[in-house]
Amino acid sequence: MAGLSPKLVGSNGRPGRANGSHAPVSLARGINRTPLAFYRTPLPGVAVGELQGKLIVIEGPDAVGRSSQVARLRPWLEELGHAVLDTGMARSALAGKGIRQAKEGNTLGPVTMTLYYLTDFADRLENEIIPALRAGFVVLTDRYIFSIMARAIARGEDRAWMERTAGFALAPHKVFYLRAEVKDLLSRVVVGKGAFDYWESGMDLGFGRDMYDSFVRYQTRLIKVFDRLAEPYGFEVIDASRSADEVFEDLKQRISRTFESSLAPVRRPARATSRRPRAARQTAG
Amino acid sequence: MPLFLPQRFNGRLIVVEGIDGSGKSTQLSLLSQWLRLRGYAVAFSEWNSSPLVQKTTRRGKKKEMFTPTTFSLIHATDFADRLERYILPLLKAGAVVCADRYAYTAFARDVVRGVDPAWVRNLYRFAVQPNLAFYFKVPLEVSLGRILGGRNALKYYEAGMDVGFSRNIEESFRIFQGRILVEYEAMIEEMGFHVIDATKSIEAQQREMRRIVVKEIGRTRPPEVLGMEAPIGRAIA
Repeated sequence: MAGLSPKLVGSNGRPGRANGSHAPVSLARGINRTPLAFYRTPLPGVAVGELQGKLIVIEGPDAVGRSSQVARLRPWLEELGHAVLDTGMARSALAGKGIRQAKEGNTLGPVTMTLYYLTDFADRLENEIIPALRAGFVVLTDRYIFSIMARAIARGEDRAWMERTAGFALAPHKVFYLRAEVKDLLSRVVVGKGAFDYWESGMDLGFGRDMYDSFVRYQTRLIKVFDRLAEPYGFEVIDASRSADEVFEDLKQRISRTFESSLAPVRRPARATSRRPRAARQTAG
Repeated sequence: MPLFLPQRFNGRLIVVEGIDGSGKSTQLSLLSQWLRLRGYAVAFSEWNSSPLVQKTTRRGKKKEMFTPTTFSLIHATDFADRLERYILPLLKAGAVVCADRYAYTAFARDVVRGVDPAWVRNLYRFAVQPNLAFYFKVPLEVSLGRILGGRNALKYYEAGMDVGFSRNIEESFRIFQGRILVEYEAMIEEMGFHVIDATKSIEAQQREMRRIVVKEIGRTRPPEVLGMEAPIGRAIA
Protein backbone atom coordinates (compact mmCIF):
# COMPACT_ATOMS: atom_id res chain seq x y z
CA MET A 1 0.00 0.00 0.00
CA ALA A 2 3.00 2.28 0.34
CA GLY A 3 2.81 2.99 -3.35
CA LEU A 4 -0.61 4.50 -2.93
CA SER A 5 0.35 7.17 -0.47
CA PRO A 6 0.73 10.54 -2.06
CA LYS A 7 4.24 11.57 -2.85
CA LEU A 8 5.42 14.89 -4.05
CA VAL A 9 7.38 15.56 -7.14
CA GLY A 10 8.89 18.70 -8.50
CA SER A 11 8.88 19.62 -12.15
CA ASN A 12 11.87 17.40 -12.70
CA GLY A 13 9.79 14.36 -11.83
CA ARG A 14 11.93 13.50 -8.84
CA PRO A 15 10.59 13.51 -5.32
CA GLY A 16 10.20 17.01 -3.98
CA ARG A 17 11.89 18.29 -0.90
CA ALA A 18 8.77 18.00 1.23
CA ASN A 19 8.64 14.31 0.62
CA GLY A 20 9.07 11.81 3.41
CA SER A 21 8.72 8.06 3.12
CA HIS A 22 5.05 7.98 4.02
CA ALA A 23 4.83 11.65 4.55
CA PRO A 24 1.82 13.78 4.03
CA VAL A 25 2.60 17.26 2.86
CA SER A 26 4.81 18.76 5.48
CA LEU A 27 2.37 21.25 6.82
CA ALA A 28 4.49 22.63 9.61
CA ARG A 29 6.81 24.09 7.04
CA GLY A 30 4.13 23.83 4.41
CA ILE A 31 3.09 27.37 3.86
CA ASN A 32 6.60 28.57 3.27
CA ARG A 33 7.53 25.57 1.24
CA THR A 34 9.10 26.71 -1.96
CA PRO A 35 8.59 25.55 -4.54
CA LEU A 36 5.15 24.03 -4.56
CA ALA A 37 5.15 20.44 -5.73
CA PHE A 38 2.96 18.18 -7.82
CA TYR A 39 1.63 15.06 -6.14
CA ARG A 40 2.90 12.65 -8.78
CA THR A 41 3.04 13.68 -12.41
CA PRO A 42 4.28 17.18 -13.18
CA LEU A 43 2.22 19.14 -15.68
CA PRO A 44 4.14 19.75 -18.86
CA GLY A 45 5.55 23.26 -19.04
CA VAL A 46 5.07 24.34 -15.42
CA ALA A 47 8.07 25.51 -13.46
CA VAL A 48 6.96 25.13 -9.87
CA GLY A 49 9.74 27.43 -8.69
CA GLU A 50 7.87 30.35 -10.21
CA LEU A 51 4.77 29.79 -8.11
CA GLN A 52 4.92 32.35 -5.35
CA GLY A 53 1.32 32.41 -4.16
CA LYS A 54 -0.47 30.33 -1.56
CA LEU A 55 -2.87 27.54 -2.33
CA ILE A 56 -5.60 27.00 0.27
CA VAL A 57 -8.28 24.38 -0.15
CA ILE A 58 -11.64 24.13 1.60
CA GLU A 59 -12.95 20.58 1.32
CA GLY A 60 -15.82 18.60 2.72
CA PRO A 61 -19.10 16.93 1.82
CA ASP A 62 -22.12 18.55 0.22
CA ALA A 63 -24.01 21.17 2.23
CA VAL A 64 -21.31 21.40 4.90
CA GLY A 65 -20.97 25.13 4.34
CA ARG A 66 -17.79 25.38 2.26
CA SER A 67 -19.05 28.00 -0.15
CA SER A 68 -20.29 30.39 2.51
CA GLN A 69 -16.94 30.14 4.30
CA VAL A 70 -15.09 30.91 1.08
CA ALA A 71 -17.40 33.88 0.52
CA ARG A 72 -16.46 35.21 3.98
CA LEU A 73 -12.77 34.43 3.78
CA ARG A 74 -12.19 36.23 0.55
CA PRO A 75 -12.99 39.79 1.72
CA TRP A 76 -11.19 39.09 4.98
CA LEU A 77 -8.03 38.09 3.12
CA GLU A 78 -8.32 41.06 0.82
CA GLU A 79 -8.67 43.32 3.83
CA LEU A 80 -5.34 41.93 4.99
CA GLY A 81 -3.84 42.92 1.68
CA HIS A 82 -3.81 39.62 -0.18
CA ALA A 83 -4.95 39.36 -3.76
CA VAL A 84 -7.39 36.45 -3.85
CA LEU A 85 -8.57 34.14 -6.58
CA ASP A 86 -11.47 31.97 -5.62
CA THR A 87 -12.46 29.01 -7.70
CA GLY A 88 -14.55 25.89 -7.41
CA MET A 89 -15.85 22.82 -9.15
CA ALA A 90 -17.46 22.98 -12.58
CA ARG A 91 -16.51 26.62 -13.01
CA SER A 92 -14.03 26.16 -15.85
CA ALA A 93 -14.50 27.96 -19.14
CA LEU A 94 -13.88 24.66 -20.90
CA ALA A 95 -16.06 22.11 -19.17
CA GLY A 96 -18.32 23.87 -16.66
CA LYS A 97 -21.26 24.18 -18.98
CA GLY A 98 -20.84 20.66 -20.33
CA ILE A 99 -20.86 19.18 -16.84
CA ARG A 100 -24.00 21.06 -15.86
CA GLN A 101 -25.74 19.83 -19.00
CA ALA A 102 -24.53 16.27 -18.50
CA LYS A 103 -25.92 16.26 -14.97
CA GLU A 104 -29.34 17.15 -16.25
CA GLY A 105 -29.57 13.96 -18.25
CA ASN A 106 -29.70 10.50 -16.74
CA THR A 107 -26.76 8.92 -18.47
CA LEU A 108 -23.69 10.17 -16.66
CA GLY A 109 -21.70 7.10 -15.60
CA PRO A 110 -19.29 7.17 -12.66
CA VAL A 111 -16.03 7.05 -14.64
CA THR A 112 -17.34 9.60 -17.12
CA MET A 113 -18.37 11.91 -14.31
CA THR A 114 -14.99 11.57 -12.60
CA LEU A 115 -13.06 12.35 -15.76
CA TYR A 116 -15.35 15.20 -16.74
CA TYR A 117 -14.77 16.84 -13.36
CA LEU A 118 -11.07 16.19 -13.67
CA THR A 119 -11.05 17.88 -17.07
CA ASP A 120 -12.75 20.85 -15.45
CA PHE A 121 -10.21 20.82 -12.63
CA ALA A 122 -7.25 20.59 -15.00
CA ASP A 123 -8.55 23.51 -17.04
CA ARG A 124 -8.85 25.66 -13.93
CA LEU A 125 -5.51 24.48 -12.55
CA GLU A 126 -3.64 25.34 -15.72
CA ASN A 127 -5.49 28.48 -16.73
CA GLU A 128 -6.53 30.04 -13.42
CA ILE A 129 -4.83 28.57 -10.38
CA ILE A 130 -1.27 28.29 -11.66
CA PRO A 131 -1.24 31.74 -13.32
CA ALA A 132 -2.62 33.23 -10.08
CA LEU A 133 0.02 31.45 -8.00
CA ARG A 134 2.66 32.68 -10.39
CA ALA A 135 1.39 36.22 -9.78
CA GLY A 136 1.56 35.75 -6.01
CA PHE A 137 -2.16 35.43 -5.27
CA VAL A 138 -3.79 33.55 -2.49
CA VAL A 139 -5.84 30.92 -4.26
CA LEU A 140 -8.87 29.91 -2.25
CA THR A 141 -10.56 26.89 -3.72
CA ASP A 142 -13.94 25.50 -2.85
CA ARG A 143 -13.19 21.77 -3.24
CA TYR A 144 -10.13 20.32 -4.94
CA ILE A 145 -9.22 16.88 -6.28
CA PHE A 146 -10.34 15.33 -2.99
CA SER A 147 -14.04 15.78 -3.71
CA ILE A 148 -13.59 14.23 -7.13
CA MET A 149 -11.66 11.37 -5.58
CA ALA A 150 -14.15 10.88 -2.76
CA ARG A 151 -17.13 10.79 -5.09
CA ALA A 152 -15.39 8.28 -7.35
CA ILE A 153 -14.26 6.07 -4.48
CA ALA A 154 -17.74 6.24 -2.94
CA ARG A 155 -18.99 4.92 -6.28
CA GLY A 156 -16.61 1.99 -6.21
CA GLU A 157 -13.73 3.28 -8.31
CA ASP A 158 -10.24 2.17 -7.42
CA ARG A 159 -8.39 4.58 -5.14
CA ALA A 160 -4.98 3.87 -6.66
CA TRP A 161 -6.31 4.60 -10.14
CA MET A 162 -7.86 7.80 -8.87
CA GLU A 163 -4.71 8.98 -7.10
CA ARG A 164 -2.53 8.42 -10.12
CA THR A 165 -5.04 10.01 -12.46
CA ALA A 166 -5.37 13.11 -10.28
CA GLY A 167 -1.63 13.10 -9.61
CA PHE A 168 -1.03 16.19 -11.75
CA ALA A 169 -2.55 18.34 -8.99
CA LEU A 170 -0.37 20.63 -6.93
CA ALA A 171 -0.13 19.68 -3.26
CA PRO A 172 -1.84 22.65 -1.54
CA HIS A 173 -0.30 24.60 1.31
CA LYS A 174 -3.36 23.88 3.41
CA VAL A 175 -6.37 21.65 3.10
CA PHE A 176 -9.14 22.48 5.55
CA TYR A 177 -11.61 19.62 5.77
CA LEU A 178 -14.96 20.85 7.04
CA ARG A 179 -16.26 17.80 8.81
CA ALA A 180 -19.78 17.20 10.03
CA GLU A 181 -22.08 14.27 10.58
CA VAL A 182 -24.87 13.46 8.18
CA LYS A 183 -27.49 14.77 10.60
CA ASP A 184 -25.82 18.19 10.50
CA LEU A 185 -25.82 18.12 6.72
CA LEU A 186 -29.48 17.14 6.67
CA SER A 187 -30.65 20.17 8.57
CA ARG A 188 -28.64 22.40 6.25
CA VAL A 189 -30.16 20.80 3.19
CA VAL A 190 -33.67 21.17 4.56
CA VAL A 191 -33.26 24.67 5.94
CA GLY A 192 -30.77 26.02 3.43
CA LYS A 193 -31.65 24.46 0.11
CA GLY A 194 -35.17 23.34 0.82
CA ALA A 195 -34.82 20.20 -1.29
CA PHE A 196 -32.57 17.24 -1.94
CA ASP A 197 -30.41 17.24 -5.04
CA TYR A 198 -30.26 14.15 -7.28
CA TRP A 199 -26.45 13.93 -7.40
CA GLU A 200 -25.83 15.06 -3.81
CA SER A 201 -28.15 12.25 -2.80
CA GLY A 202 -26.18 9.77 -4.88
CA MET A 203 -29.37 8.72 -6.65
CA ASP A 204 -27.30 7.28 -9.51
CA LEU A 205 -26.09 4.60 -7.09
CA GLY A 206 -29.52 3.04 -6.88
CA PHE A 207 -29.58 3.03 -3.09
CA GLY A 208 -33.29 3.59 -3.02
CA ARG A 209 -36.13 5.44 -4.59
CA ASP A 210 -36.24 7.97 -1.84
CA MET A 211 -33.86 10.94 -1.96
CA TYR A 212 -33.72 11.13 1.83
CA ASP A 213 -32.65 7.51 2.32
CA SER A 214 -30.23 7.74 -0.52
CA PHE A 215 -28.77 11.02 0.76
CA VAL A 216 -28.10 9.53 4.18
CA ARG A 217 -26.42 6.41 2.80
CA TYR A 218 -24.41 8.23 0.16
CA GLN A 219 -23.21 11.10 2.35
CA THR A 220 -22.29 8.67 5.15
CA ARG A 221 -20.14 6.81 2.69
CA LEU A 222 -18.66 10.04 1.33
CA ILE A 223 -17.69 11.27 4.82
CA LYS A 224 -16.00 7.93 5.48
CA VAL A 225 -13.93 8.34 2.34
CA PHE A 226 -12.96 11.91 3.26
CA ASP A 227 -11.93 10.65 6.70
CA ARG A 228 -9.69 8.06 5.10
CA LEU A 229 -8.04 10.69 2.92
CA ALA A 230 -7.45 13.05 5.86
CA GLU A 231 -4.29 11.48 7.22
CA PRO A 232 -2.34 10.73 4.06
CA TYR A 233 -3.16 14.10 2.52
CA GLY A 234 -2.61 16.11 5.68
CA PHE A 235 -6.08 17.62 6.02
CA GLU A 236 -6.69 19.96 8.93
CA VAL A 237 -10.01 18.78 10.25
CA ILE A 238 -12.44 21.55 11.16
CA ASP A 239 -15.50 20.74 13.22
CA ALA A 240 -18.21 22.07 10.95
CA SER A 241 -21.10 21.04 13.16
CA ARG A 242 -20.59 24.36 14.90
CA SER A 243 -22.18 27.62 13.79
CA ALA A 244 -20.91 29.30 10.65
CA ASP A 245 -19.47 32.12 12.78
CA GLU A 246 -17.48 29.71 14.91
CA VAL A 247 -16.16 27.88 11.88
CA PHE A 248 -15.18 31.19 10.30
CA GLU A 249 -13.28 32.26 13.43
CA ASP A 250 -11.50 28.93 13.50
CA LEU A 251 -10.52 29.18 9.84
CA LYS A 252 -9.33 32.77 10.25
CA GLN A 253 -7.10 31.80 13.15
CA ARG A 254 -5.61 28.88 11.31
CA ILE A 255 -5.02 30.89 8.16
CA SER A 256 -3.50 33.75 10.17
CA ARG A 257 -1.08 31.35 11.79
CA THR A 258 -0.28 30.12 8.35
CA PHE A 259 0.63 33.57 7.17
CA GLU A 260 2.15 35.08 10.25
CA SER A 261 5.70 34.15 9.52
CA SER A 262 5.59 35.68 6.09
CA LEU A 263 3.39 38.65 6.97
CA ALA A 264 4.59 39.70 10.36
CA PRO A 265 7.76 37.83 11.17
CA VAL A 266 8.95 40.44 13.65
CA ARG A 267 5.98 40.37 15.93
CA ARG A 268 6.10 36.89 17.31
CA PRO A 269 9.49 35.44 16.55
CA ALA A 270 9.81 33.33 19.69
CA ARG A 271 6.42 31.75 19.43
CA ALA A 272 6.69 31.16 15.75
CA THR A 273 9.66 28.92 16.29
CA SER A 274 8.42 27.14 19.38
CA ARG A 275 5.05 26.44 17.87
CA ARG A 276 4.03 22.83 17.89
CA PRO A 277 4.67 21.28 14.52
CA ARG A 278 2.26 19.38 12.34
CA ALA A 279 -1.04 21.06 13.02
CA ALA A 280 -2.71 18.43 10.90
CA ARG A 281 -1.61 15.58 13.09
CA GLN A 282 -3.20 17.15 16.13
CA THR A 283 -6.58 17.54 14.59
CA ALA A 284 -6.80 14.79 12.03
CA GLY A 285 -8.61 11.58 12.86
CA MET B 1 -0.22 -5.14 -13.70
CA PRO B 2 -2.43 -5.59 -16.77
CA LEU B 3 -3.06 -2.43 -18.74
CA PHE B 4 -6.83 -2.90 -19.04
CA LEU B 5 -9.65 -4.81 -17.42
CA PRO B 6 -9.82 -8.40 -18.67
CA GLN B 7 -12.42 -9.07 -21.35
CA ARG B 8 -14.70 -11.57 -19.62
CA PHE B 9 -17.89 -10.69 -21.42
CA ASN B 10 -19.83 -12.72 -23.96
CA GLY B 11 -19.13 -10.44 -26.90
CA ARG B 12 -15.92 -9.72 -28.76
CA LEU B 13 -14.07 -6.43 -28.98
CA ILE B 14 -12.17 -5.67 -32.16
CA VAL B 15 -10.25 -2.42 -32.54
CA VAL B 16 -8.27 -0.79 -35.33
CA GLU B 17 -5.41 1.63 -34.89
CA GLY B 18 -3.02 3.54 -37.12
CA ILE B 19 -2.13 7.05 -38.19
CA ASP B 20 -4.49 9.20 -40.26
CA GLY B 21 -4.64 7.92 -43.82
CA SER B 22 -3.64 4.36 -42.96
CA GLY B 23 -6.96 3.05 -44.27
CA LYS B 24 -8.09 1.51 -40.98
CA SER B 25 -11.64 2.88 -41.10
CA THR B 26 -12.25 1.47 -44.56
CA GLN B 27 -11.02 -1.92 -43.42
CA LEU B 28 -13.09 -1.90 -40.24
CA SER B 29 -16.23 -1.03 -42.15
CA LEU B 30 -15.61 -3.90 -44.59
CA LEU B 31 -15.00 -6.24 -41.69
CA SER B 32 -18.11 -5.28 -39.76
CA GLN B 33 -20.25 -5.68 -42.87
CA TRP B 34 -18.80 -9.12 -43.43
CA LEU B 35 -19.49 -10.08 -39.81
CA ARG B 36 -23.10 -8.88 -40.11
CA LEU B 37 -23.59 -11.00 -43.19
CA ARG B 38 -22.30 -13.96 -41.25
CA GLY B 39 -25.06 -13.40 -38.72
CA TYR B 40 -23.20 -11.59 -35.96
CA ALA B 41 -24.79 -8.77 -34.01
CA VAL B 42 -22.23 -6.08 -34.70
CA ALA B 43 -21.92 -2.66 -33.06
CA PHE B 44 -19.60 0.15 -33.97
CA SER B 45 -17.98 2.88 -31.92
CA GLU B 46 -15.81 5.70 -33.13
CA TRP B 47 -13.17 7.71 -31.27
CA ASN B 48 -14.33 11.10 -30.03
CA SER B 49 -18.03 10.64 -30.70
CA SER B 50 -19.81 10.84 -27.34
CA PRO B 51 -22.80 13.18 -27.54
CA LEU B 52 -22.38 13.99 -23.85
CA VAL B 53 -18.94 15.51 -24.32
CA GLN B 54 -19.29 16.75 -27.88
CA LYS B 55 -20.10 20.38 -27.09
CA THR B 56 -17.20 20.73 -24.69
CA THR B 57 -14.76 19.27 -27.19
CA ARG B 58 -16.13 21.53 -29.90
CA ARG B 59 -15.86 24.62 -27.70
CA GLY B 60 -12.31 23.74 -26.69
CA LYS B 61 -11.23 23.17 -30.27
CA LYS B 62 -12.95 26.23 -31.69
CA LYS B 63 -11.46 28.55 -29.11
CA GLU B 64 -8.15 26.66 -28.99
CA MET B 65 -8.46 26.24 -25.23
CA PHE B 66 -6.85 22.84 -24.84
CA THR B 67 -3.56 22.06 -23.17
CA PRO B 68 -2.03 18.59 -23.59
CA THR B 69 -3.55 17.59 -20.24
CA THR B 70 -7.09 18.83 -20.85
CA PHE B 71 -6.99 17.48 -24.39
CA SER B 72 -6.07 14.09 -23.00
CA LEU B 73 -8.69 14.23 -20.24
CA ILE B 74 -11.59 15.28 -22.45
CA HIS B 75 -10.84 12.41 -24.84
CA ALA B 76 -10.71 10.02 -21.90
CA THR B 77 -14.06 11.41 -20.74
CA ASP B 78 -15.48 10.85 -24.19
CA PHE B 79 -14.12 7.31 -24.19
CA ALA B 80 -15.47 6.61 -20.69
CA ASP B 81 -18.93 7.72 -21.73
CA ARG B 82 -18.92 5.45 -24.78
CA LEU B 83 -17.56 2.60 -22.72
CA GLU B 84 -20.01 2.90 -19.83
CA ARG B 85 -23.11 3.53 -21.87
CA TYR B 86 -22.44 1.62 -25.05
CA ILE B 87 -19.45 -0.68 -25.36
CA LEU B 88 -19.72 -2.46 -21.97
CA PRO B 89 -23.45 -3.22 -22.11
CA LEU B 90 -23.10 -4.41 -25.70
CA LEU B 91 -20.20 -6.68 -24.86
CA LYS B 92 -22.21 -8.09 -21.97
CA ALA B 93 -25.08 -8.71 -24.35
CA GLY B 94 -22.69 -10.65 -26.58
CA ALA B 95 -22.26 -8.25 -29.49
CA VAL B 96 -19.13 -7.96 -31.61
CA VAL B 97 -18.05 -4.39 -30.93
CA CYS B 98 -15.88 -2.80 -33.58
CA ALA B 99 -14.01 0.28 -32.40
CA ASP B 100 -12.37 2.72 -34.77
CA ARG B 101 -9.44 3.78 -32.55
CA TYR B 102 -9.13 2.85 -28.89
CA ALA B 103 -7.04 3.87 -25.89
CA TYR B 104 -3.87 3.28 -27.95
CA THR B 105 -4.69 6.41 -29.92
CA ALA B 106 -4.37 8.40 -26.71
CA PHE B 107 -1.16 6.58 -25.79
CA ALA B 108 0.34 7.70 -29.10
CA ARG B 109 -1.13 11.18 -29.58
CA ASP B 110 -1.14 12.46 -26.03
CA VAL B 111 2.43 11.37 -25.45
CA VAL B 112 3.51 13.24 -28.58
CA ARG B 113 1.75 16.27 -27.09
CA GLY B 114 3.96 15.97 -24.03
CA VAL B 115 1.76 14.05 -21.61
CA ASP B 116 3.52 11.57 -19.34
CA PRO B 117 3.32 8.03 -20.86
CA ALA B 118 2.73 6.28 -17.53
CA TRP B 119 0.05 8.78 -16.54
CA VAL B 120 -1.98 8.33 -19.73
CA ARG B 121 -1.68 4.54 -19.54
CA ASN B 122 -3.05 4.63 -16.01
CA LEU B 123 -5.79 7.02 -17.09
CA TYR B 124 -7.30 4.36 -19.39
CA ARG B 125 -7.08 1.49 -16.94
CA PHE B 126 -10.88 1.32 -16.85
CA ALA B 127 -10.90 0.22 -20.51
CA VAL B 128 -11.56 -3.37 -21.52
CA GLN B 129 -8.81 -5.45 -23.10
CA PRO B 130 -9.71 -5.91 -26.77
CA ASN B 131 -9.88 -9.43 -28.21
CA LEU B 132 -8.11 -8.18 -31.31
CA ALA B 133 -6.20 -4.98 -31.95
CA PHE B 134 -5.20 -4.38 -35.56
CA TYR B 135 -2.47 -1.92 -36.37
CA PHE B 136 -2.34 -0.59 -39.90
CA LYS B 137 1.30 -0.05 -40.63
CA VAL B 138 2.01 2.46 -43.31
CA PRO B 139 5.04 4.59 -44.24
CA LEU B 140 4.52 8.27 -43.44
CA GLU B 141 4.81 9.42 -47.06
CA VAL B 142 2.08 7.03 -48.18
CA SER B 143 -0.41 8.19 -45.56
CA LEU B 144 0.47 11.83 -46.09
CA GLY B 145 -0.16 11.35 -49.81
CA ARG B 146 -3.63 9.99 -49.04
CA ILE B 147 -4.51 12.81 -46.65
CA LEU B 148 -2.83 15.81 -48.23
CA GLY B 149 -3.71 14.70 -51.76
CA GLY B 150 -7.07 16.40 -51.72
CA ARG B 151 -10.12 16.38 -49.51
CA ASN B 152 -10.72 18.92 -46.83
CA ALA B 153 -8.40 21.34 -45.16
CA LEU B 154 -6.39 20.26 -42.13
CA LYS B 155 -7.66 21.32 -38.74
CA TYR B 156 -5.67 22.96 -35.96
CA TYR B 157 -5.54 20.10 -33.44
CA GLU B 158 -5.56 17.39 -36.11
CA ALA B 159 -2.35 18.90 -37.43
CA GLY B 160 -0.87 19.19 -33.93
CA MET B 161 -0.59 22.96 -34.30
CA ASP B 162 -1.05 23.28 -30.53
CA VAL B 163 2.30 21.58 -29.96
CA GLY B 164 4.09 24.24 -31.97
CA PHE B 165 6.07 22.02 -34.35
CA SER B 166 5.73 24.53 -37.15
CA ARG B 167 3.68 27.56 -38.07
CA ASN B 168 2.89 25.96 -41.39
CA ILE B 169 -0.10 23.69 -40.89
CA GLU B 170 0.93 21.11 -43.47
CA GLU B 171 4.45 20.97 -42.12
CA SER B 172 3.08 20.68 -38.58
CA PHE B 173 0.84 17.80 -39.67
CA ARG B 174 3.80 15.96 -41.22
CA ILE B 175 5.91 16.26 -38.10
CA PHE B 176 3.01 15.41 -35.79
CA GLN B 177 2.02 12.31 -37.78
CA GLY B 178 5.65 11.24 -37.97
CA ARG B 179 5.98 11.41 -34.20
CA ILE B 180 2.70 9.51 -33.69
CA LEU B 181 3.94 6.85 -36.07
CA VAL B 182 7.04 6.41 -33.93
CA GLU B 183 4.87 5.97 -30.82
CA TYR B 184 2.67 3.39 -32.56
CA GLU B 185 5.65 1.41 -33.82
CA ALA B 186 7.08 1.34 -30.31
CA MET B 187 3.78 -0.03 -28.99
CA ILE B 188 3.40 -2.98 -31.40
CA GLU B 189 5.01 -5.53 -29.17
CA GLU B 190 3.90 -4.10 -25.83
CA MET B 191 0.26 -4.13 -26.94
CA GLY B 192 0.28 -7.28 -29.03
CA PHE B 193 -1.01 -5.57 -32.16
CA HIS B 194 -1.86 -7.63 -35.22
CA VAL B 195 0.10 -5.73 -37.82
CA ILE B 196 -1.55 -5.26 -41.20
CA ASP B 197 0.62 -4.06 -44.06
CA ALA B 198 -1.42 -1.07 -45.16
CA THR B 199 0.52 -0.58 -48.38
CA LYS B 200 -1.09 -3.74 -49.80
CA SER B 201 -4.31 -3.69 -51.79
CA ILE B 202 -7.56 -3.12 -49.90
CA GLU B 203 -8.65 -6.66 -50.78
CA ALA B 204 -5.44 -8.27 -49.55
CA GLN B 205 -5.63 -6.39 -46.25
CA GLN B 206 -9.24 -7.42 -45.77
CA ARG B 207 -8.42 -11.08 -46.46
CA GLU B 208 -5.71 -10.92 -43.81
CA MET B 209 -8.05 -9.31 -41.27
CA ARG B 210 -10.77 -11.91 -41.85
CA ARG B 211 -8.27 -14.73 -41.50
CA ILE B 212 -7.19 -13.38 -38.10
CA VAL B 213 -10.80 -12.83 -36.99
CA VAL B 214 -11.77 -16.38 -37.92
CA LYS B 215 -8.77 -17.64 -36.00
CA GLU B 216 -9.91 -15.66 -32.94
CA ILE B 217 -13.67 -16.20 -33.02
CA GLY B 218 -13.88 -19.50 -34.86
CA ARG B 219 -15.47 -20.57 -38.16
CA THR B 220 -18.93 -20.61 -36.70
CA ARG B 221 -20.48 -18.26 -34.22
CA PRO B 222 -19.85 -19.34 -30.61
CA PRO B 223 -23.10 -19.78 -28.67
CA GLU B 224 -22.38 -16.94 -26.22
CA VAL B 225 -21.87 -14.45 -29.03
CA LEU B 226 -25.03 -12.67 -30.04
CA GLY B 227 -26.44 -13.36 -33.49
CA MET B 228 -29.03 -11.66 -35.62
CA GLU B 229 -31.17 -12.31 -38.62
CA ALA B 230 -29.15 -11.76 -41.76
CA PRO B 231 -30.21 -8.40 -43.19
CA ILE B 232 -30.43 -9.62 -46.78
CA GLY B 233 -31.72 -13.13 -47.23
CA ARG B 234 -29.62 -15.80 -45.62
CA ALA B 235 -26.23 -15.39 -44.07
CA ILE B 236 -23.34 -16.12 -46.34
CA ALA B 237 -21.28 -18.85 -44.81
